[in-house]
Amino acid sequence: MTALRKEMLRIALFALVVTVFLSSASSGVALNFVMMALYAALLAQAWNILGGYGGQFSFGHALFFGTGAYMQAIAQMQGGLNPWLALPLSAMASAGVGLFVGALSFRYGLKGSYFALVTLAFAEVFRIVALSVPFTGAGVGLMVPLREGFANMQFDSRRGYGFLILALVVLALSVTCWLQHSRFGAYLQAVRDNEDAARASGVNPFRIKLGAIALSGAFMGAGGAFYVQVFQYLDPGIAYGAHTSVEALVGAIVGGMGTLWGPVLGALALHTLADLTRNLFGQLPGINMVIYGTVLVLMIMFAPRGLSGAGKSLRALWKGRTP
Amino acid sequence: MLDLGILFPSLLNGLTTGAVYALIALGLTLIYGVLHIINFAHGAALMLALYGVYFLKEQLGLDPYLALPLVVPAMFVLGYGLQRVVINRASHGRDENILLVTLGLSIVMENLALLFFKSDTRTIDTAYTLTTIPINIGVAQAMISLPKLVAFGGALVASALLILIVGRTDLGRAIRAVAKEKHGAKLMGIDVDHVYAMSFGIGLACLGAAACFLLPAYYVNPQVGNGFVLVAFTIVVLGGMGSFTGALLGGLLIGMVESLGGLILGESLGQIGIFLIFIAVLLFRPQGLFGAKT
Repeated sequence: MTALRKEMLRIALFALVVTVFLSSASSGVALNFVMMALYAALLAQAWNILGGYGGQFSFGHALFFGTGAYMQAIAQMQGGLNPWLALPLSAMASAGVGLFVGALSFRYGLKGSYFALVTLAFAEVFRIVALSVPFTGAGVGLMVPLREGFANMQFDSRRGYGFLILALVVLALSVTCWLQHSRFGAYLQAVRDNEDAARASGVNPFRIKLGAIALSGAFMGAGGAFYVQVFQYLDPGIAYGAHTSVEALVGAIVGGMGTLWGPVLGALALHTLADLTRNLFGQLPGINMVIYGTVLVLMIMFAPRGLSGAGKSLRALWKGRTP
Repeated sequence: MLDLGILFPSLLNGLTTGAVYALIALGLTLIYGVLHIINFAHGAALMLALYGVYFLKEQLGLDPYLALPLVVPAMFVLGYGLQRVVINRASHGRDENILLVTLGLSIVMENLALLFFKSDTRTIDTAYTLTTIPINIGVAQAMISLPKLVAFGGALVASALLILIVGRTDLGRAIRAVAKEKHGAKLMGIDVDHVYAMSFGIGLACLGAAACFLLPAYYVNPQVGNGFVLVAFTIVVLGGMGSFTGALLGGLLIGMVESLGGLILGESLGQIGIFLIFIAVLLFRPQGLFGAKT
C-alpha cells in the first residue's frame, strides 16, 4: 500500500499547490486559464478511465457530457433543484447512459473501431433528439437564470469555479489512483491487454467494462454539469457536438493513456498551446481544433505513449548514460 | 394519405441520392477491406473535394462534370500521399493508432477549411441546376432534377469502374491478395505499402467523383462531410465491411430509407432512422447483410 499512499500524497500536494495559486492569483486571465485547464483535465481523465485503462476508445464522449449538462440545467430550471444536489444527479444520469450504451455494445462484443463508431452514432442520435424535443429548448437552447451565490453554485469570479473544478479533478485523480491499485482496476487492465486471457482467468469482461464506462460517464457528466454552471447556456451543438469528444480524447492521448497524471499533463499542455496561438494569431474560428488535430497526429507518429511516456523514455535514456 | 404521387418522387429522389452514397461508401469499404481500418477522415476528404469542385467552377468557370479528370486524380494523389507519408508512419503496426490518426486528420482538414473558407454555405450556379426531367413508370410519375439524374448515372458508372478495377486488373488482384493475407502477399513480391497507398488513393478518388456529381445539386461548407460520414459508415456496416455489392445495394437502400423517413417523420427525425439502423446492424449483425461471418 505504500505506492498508493505515495500517489495520494502527490495528489494532495497537487491540490495544495493549485489551492494556493487560486487563492493568491489576482489576474482574471490566470484564474480563467487554470479553471479551463482543470476542466479539460477532468474531461481527459474521464476518457482515460475507459479509453486508457479499459482500452475501449470512445469517439463520442460528448454523449455523457451533454447528458450531464442537460440534467444539470433541466433539474434546476424545471425541477427547482439546488445545483449542489443536481450535480451528483447529473453524474448519475450520465453513468446511466453509459451503462445503457455499454450494455448494448459490450453484450454484442463490439470493440475497436466498432465501439468507436457506436459511441459516435449515439452522440449524434442524442444531438438530433435534443434538437427535436421541447424540454431541451431545441435549437434555441437553455439559459440558466443568473442567481449569484454559493448556495446556487454561481460564483462572482473564476476563483470560485476554480475551486469547484479542482475538487472534481482531485476526486477523479483519487478514483483513478484507486483504479491503479484495486482489484477492479487490475481486472480492467487485464481485459484491456488481453480479453480472452482475462476471461480464462475468471474475470467477467462484460461486467468490468460496464463498470468502467459508468465511471467514465459519471465524470464526463460532472464535467457537463460544471460547464452549465460556468457558462449558464446550453444548446444541442455544445452538449453533444464532436468538439467535447475530441477534447477529452486528445487530452488523454497527448498526456499518456492509462497513466494517472497523463490527462492533467495533456490538458495543461494543450491549453498552453491553444493560449499561445490565440495570443499570436488572435481568435480565429477553428484554430484550436487545427492544433488539437495536428498535435494528435504528431503525438501518435512520434510519441504514441504520450508526454508522460516520452518523459519516461527520456529519463531511462538519461539514467542509461550516466553510470 | 401517402399516395403514389408523393411516394414515387420521394423514392426516386432517395435512389439518386443513394447512388452517390454508394459511391462514397465504396471508397470507404475498399479502404476497410484492404487496410482493415475505418477511415474517419472520409467525410472531411469529401468536403475538400467539394471545395475543389467549387473553386474550379467559381475561379476558372470549369463545369463540375468537366472537373472530373482534374478532381479525381487530385484526390487520388492526396490519398496516396496521406497513407504513405502520415498514416503508415504513425500506425506503428497498431490498428488503434490508425483509427486515431484518421480522426486527427479529419479534425485538421475540417477546421483548416473553417479557418480559410469560413463557415459560409456555398453553392454553385449552372445552367442545368434547375432543369427537371419527367419520369413516368406506369401510373407513377415524377419530376426529377437533371443533376440528380446525372449523379445517379455517374455514380453507378464510377462504381462499376471501381469493381472492374478491383476485380479484373493486376492491381486489383494485388489489392485482393493484400486484403486477404498481407504476409503471404509480401512473400509473393507484392509491395504491400504501395498497395495500401493505392487503395487509400482509389478510395479517395471515389470521393472526387462523388463531389463532382454532388455539387450541382448540393452545397459545401466545412461541416458538410459529417452528414455523409455516418451515412457512409452505416452503408458499409449494413452491406458488410469490405463488400462491394453490399456497399452498392446498401447505398441505394439507405438513400431510399432517408428519403422516406424524411417524408414521414420530418427532416431531422428522418436522419435518426439511419442512425438507428446503424446501431441495430452493429449490434445484431456486425458482419452486415452481405459480409462473411468471421
